[in-house]
Amino acid sequence: MNRPDQHVGAVIHQANFIAGNALEVPTLKVLAQDGSIYPNAALPEIDKDLALKIYDTMVFTRVLDERMVASQRQGRISFYMTCKGEEASIIGSAAALTDHDMIMAQYREHAALRYRGFTTANFMNQMFSNAKDLGKGRQMPIHYGSNELNYMTISSPLATQIPQATGYAYGQRLQGNQALTLCYFGEGAASEGDFHAGLNMAAVLKAPAIFYCRNNGYAISTSTDEQYAGDGIAPRGVGYGIETIRVDGNDCLAVLLATQEARKYALAHNKPVLIEAMSYRLGAHSTSDDPSGYRSKDEEELWAKIDGVQRFKLWLEQQGWWTEEQESERYQAYREEVLRELKVAEKIEPPSLQELVTDVYAEVPAHLSQQLEQLETHIAKYPSAYPSASKGAK
Amino acid sequence: MAEMNLLHAINNALDLAMADNERVLCFGEDVGHFGGVFRSTSGLQDKYGKDRCFNTPLTEQGIIGFANGLAAQGAVPIAEIQFADYIFPAFDQIVNETAKFRYRSGNEFDVGSLVIRTPYGGGIAGGLYHSQSPEAYFTGTPGIKVVVPRNPYQAKGLLMASIADDNPVLFFEPKRLYRAAIGEVPEEAYQIELGKAEVVSPGTDITLLGWGAQMEIIEKAAAMAAEQGISCEVIDLRTLAPWDVDTVAESVTKTGRLLISHEAPLTGGFAGEISATISDKCFLHLESPISRVCGLDTPYPLIQEKEYVADHLKIFEAIKASINF
Repeated sequence: MNRPDQHVGAVIHQANFIAGNALEVPTLKVLAQDGSIYPNAALPEIDKDLALKIYDTMVFTRVLDERMVASQRQGRISFYMTCKGEEASIIGSAAALTDHDMIMAQYREHAALRYRGFTTANFMNQMFSNAKDLGKGRQMPIHYGSNELNYMTISSPLATQIPQATGYAYGQRLQGNQALTLCYFGEGAASEGDFHAGLNMAAVLKAPAIFYCRNNGYAISTSTDEQYAGDGIAPRGVGYGIETIRVDGNDCLAVLLATQEARKYALAHNKPVLIEAMSYRLGAHSTSDDPSGYRSKDEEELWAKIDGVQRFKLWLEQQGWWTEEQESERYQAYREEVLRELKVAEKIEPPSLQELVTDVYAEVPAHLSQQLEQLETHIAKYPSAYPSASKGAK
Repeated sequence: MAEMNLLHAINNALDLAMADNERVLCFGEDVGHFGGVFRSTSGLQDKYGKDRCFNTPLTEQGIIGFANGLAAQGAVPIAEIQFADYIFPAFDQIVNETAKFRYRSGNEFDVGSLVIRTPYGGGIAGGLYHSQSPEAYFTGTPGIKVVVPRNPYQAKGLLMASIADDNPVLFFEPKRLYRAAIGEVPEEAYQIELGKAEVVSPGTDITLLGWGAQMEIIEKAAAMAAEQGISCEVIDLRTLAPWDVDTVAESVTKTGRLLISHEAPLTGGFAGEISATISDKCFLHLESPISRVCGLDTPYPLIQEKEYVADHLKIFEAIKASINF
């Protein structure tokens, strides 16, 4: 036990403070912007199949984001958030996991869910809140979740999933089935108290969790200058006694390497790891946000030039695994698929009115049955005033 | 049967639950080797190991966030918040996460195995932050059950039912009675059904309703009223959410009068909800206004605790006022 008077550091006799920026955290880079590998760079475990699965997910995510922003502008869905600029970071990290690992995300990580196998129809059903939505139409668009795919349902309150990931990983350790939890969050969310609670508890209680911070420069309009005074999120991990690494989030191979190594370490030692992925939120925060009010076009263009999707594509081409022809075919195919599934999903009826009161508890308690009954009687009296009556929900 | 105080009964329930299912875990501040500041987890770490009964860092939002994750993973977490007064840092995790986990995911995920235990209530010179009764902050939150036992037998049976229940349960323990309340408790496992009030003693003139540590004060007032020839029907609500409207309404339909007493402040207290519901259900049977005898609308004081609390004399006076209305 480390007693306060028995710590391991040197003793000093002058009041010399440790500088707040004393810990210099280096950034892992593997892939250069021209698609070449840095000399002496370590490579992740990757083969053609994995590389193409990653890239396929990147293309799908770009297409989905583009189409759904347009759909929100047309008023077909109420809300949307893109992953634009962070695809390499999200997909590269998800690709380092096994399907048994739990993913607990914030909201800008639907590319990881796609990587796990969430179908285009699954995405559409959630966004259109229809009867086939796994979440029964209760949450805003982009709040996905899937038990089958080990992807915890998203909730809006920021950082709440961080201590939950610690608990989930602790449970996985006790079960001893060599699975862990990867927890995504933005650099803004890392200012919440739950970040502190979750990381400290994971370190102390030996939970095999990977905490994956997407540092994309902005929390809505708030730049990192207004979010923290230290050197980003990574040094905090060291402060909690957590193995920590910073990676170039636009470098898919660096992200994959860091996450693969983190996974091995976490499971071998029953300890958490913190990864801080540096990237840039190329899109608006959400469809309710206009970034021109707080950042310049020049800045956006600068980051668009070091886009992680483009970088990974150049590498694929240099491997001889991808061509321009395949590129345009794949984009075309996904554009058609997304549009087709969108049109199907928006015609599916909403969940039945009864679903309003199910799942509040495991069983529907008497008072909720009564409230539903009263509501049904009321709606029957004014059917034209309520969409559920006109859309044929029973 | 064995003679146990309320703490022993809780410790016994935790012990039986941990013996029965290796996925049951007990944790919180000072819960581990020390056995809790009230000793309710005494001996559990020695018996079941450090992985299953352990101290957490001092962070209430962390404890409940961690517990939510554990429950979602399939474990059976029994999280302790050292005093109910310190549950507020975890309010977000309980209200936005615990309570909404199943609903928001369309039942893809749930934290139904979770139990949050916390000592509540006054009468121990605890001042502002070791005396509060925050149940009403939670009874208005759909998705969680709220349970309060009044004696050792109740504590064990209700806690075991809470652990077995497929919904998250907030379990408030009356700390004034931890050592003061002693009674016969079966040594084997048993459960008391959640969501059911108990008619503690039948009567015909007025219904007296309460929960937890307030029950013994209500019973004292009922005994004083009996000496004056007033027959009180005393009901322990036991589960506050979802609460047993039928048992209370049936009693009030019979007696025509209702008095509700709780330690928490009057305004926004759970008696207000009960009062509104019963006036709705029993309007034509009520012979006097529903009476609420509660804490004052002030923070919980230290030196003026005796004046502040809803004691038996205040309840006795309210009974007479109701009868003489």
